[in-house]
Amino acid sequence: MALTREEATQIRKVALEVRQDVVRMVHAAGCGHPGGPLGMADFMSTLFLQHLNLSRDNRLSDDRDRFVLGNGHTCAGYYALLAQKGLIQREELLRFRKLGSQLQGHPHRNLELGIDFSTGSLGTGLSVAAGMALGARLNSWDSRVYCTSSDGESQEGQIWEAATSAAHWGLGNLTVLVDFNNIQIDGRMREIMDVRDLEAKYNAFGWHAVTVDGHDVIAVDQALCAAKETTDQPSAIIAITTIGKGVSYMEDASAWHGVAPNDEQLAQALEELGAAVS
Amino acid sequence: MHQLAPLSKGANQKIATRAAYGQALLELGNQHQDVVVLDADLSGSTKTAVFGKAHPDRFFNCGVAESNMMGTAAGLACTGRKVFASSFAMFATGKAWEPVRQSICIPQMDVKICASHAGLTVGEDGKSHQMLEDITLMRVLPHMKVIVPADSVETAEAVRLAYETPGPVYVRLSRASTPVIFGDEYRLELGRGAILRDGSDICIAACGVELAEAMIAADILANRNIEARVVNLACIDPIDVDLIVDSAEHCGAILTAEEHQIRGGFGDAVAQVVVRHHPVPMDLVGMDDSFGQSGPASDLIRHYGLDGPSLADRAETLMQRKER
Repeated sequence: MALTREEATQIRKVALEVRQDVVRMVHAAGCGHPGGPLGMADFMSTLFLQHLNLSRDNRLSDDRDRFVLGNGHTCAGYYALLAQKGLIQREELLRFRKLGSQLQGHPHRNLELGIDFSTGSLGTGLSVAAGMALGARLNSWDSRVYCTSSDGESQEGQIWEAATSAAHWGLGNLTVLVDFNNIQIDGRMREIMDVRDLEAKYNAFGWHAVTVDGHDVIAVDQALCAAKETTDQPSAIIAITTIGKGVSYMEDASAWHGVAPNDEQLAQALEELGAAVS
Repeated sequence: MHQLAPLSKGANQKIATRAAYGQALLELGNQHQDVVVLDADLSGSTKTAVFGKAHPDRFFNCGVAESNMMGTAAGLACTGRKVFASSFAMFATGKAWEPVRQSICIPQMDVKICASHAGLTVGEDGKSHQMLEDITLMRVLPHMKVIVPADSVETAEAVRLAYETPGPVYVRLSRASTPVIFGDEYRLELGRGAILRDGSDICIAACGVELAEAMIAADILANRNIEARVVNLACIDPIDVDLIVDSAEHCGAILTAEEHQIRGGFGDAVAQVVVRHHPVPMDLVGMDDSFGQSGPASDLIRHYGLDGPSLADRAETLMQRKER
């Protein structure tokens, strides 16, 4: 079923709030990764609001959905979405990366907060997500497993080991969303190490793969619906995005992969993101 | 006086610990529905195929992809399963070390890595397959328990203990058939070693296939009027600090024996306890900064000085350093 106009508006509103939280969090931490989560905010918000069956009430139940942030460095946006869902206290967001905080610089498994798994080392997430999907099927749980990945992470060999096994086991309850922004730390992906056509690669590995505009919440929603209907093979959604989306000086700039904005840059970012600057 | 571990009364029976693992895993799977087993295209050699044949719905062959196997194991553990993941020690701990650290140890998942073909006794396959660094790689990881069983009886106990112990466990298994040392009534406890034979002149502490060599060394030493205490420390992490300190006090010198690099391995773990709690002269027998080579297992054990007679000579030399 297609998104209603109200649902699409709500997702876009939340995505904007997530972006505001991301720049505030990374600014407060004085370090972190703002570019990725800004780019992922639209498709992540679509997933978390419209599809991911995870809430304060069911966070410890067997048949909830699972989520693995394969590109763990983009966790500022993930934490902001868990706060939107009431799983993380809003005050805690500004303790991101601080000593003793539950919001580690890369996610650490904490089921109370809705954080299903520890990630950070690229390449490890999809294998774990496939294992969760296999276990859910073994237990006859009606739960889906969602995992994010990225174009840069697709350079890791373990991703393709996991892609092979997930297809071999026919894990129709597994969906990977690949953030494809053509940027990696050292520069443009095509200049550093081109992963080429990920839709064709995932299809060749036996997945149901589609490519969408990762900022088009209606298209992302349709792809997630199609993934649910694909029950005999895992689904890959290649989401084309712009790194740093919504903050002009961060857009399409590899320099903003892992740098915190200063006070002036934060003020400009929040102004561009339409936030009331306090 | 310590109670001695019950020893086998059978005559010269030999069983590979990997074979004992296959049988123990089958029985564990029969008893417990939450056991799931993974392998990486070596199920005939690691003996997980025995489980796979009996419980095909709970056995998954991951193909030649050990890193993915470890991540998959972690994911399965998230769904309430106790996952046993097997391959050769080289690949399970070497190739897949990073996912073991990131996806199993950091989130403390209930994954039991039971790796066969560890050490020199892999034999003819040579240095690429003789894993001599796995104890180091596993014991250095926070939350990882490390068990190196010496025979088939202790292997069955290690499998039970791994199942009952929450979180990550590493069990090191061997390819070669080795003597059955323990009696059936032997019980392995986490963090507890055992004295097999007592003496006060020297302590030989061993694990895995070297325990049988240590017993041979003790016989040789007895003929030289030297009474050796032989200590089995299958559980390397957590290690039996009390027994090591007691042995240091009682014997005044400790020789360790392992089928592994001495740098960072079993002897190193014993030495850390000795240095911190009761310093006495020590020597470490094992591979000293060298890879192995092809050859029959027993020839290799002799060539690298890991056999009983070599241990006896090293023990006698070490005794000369004791304070008189």
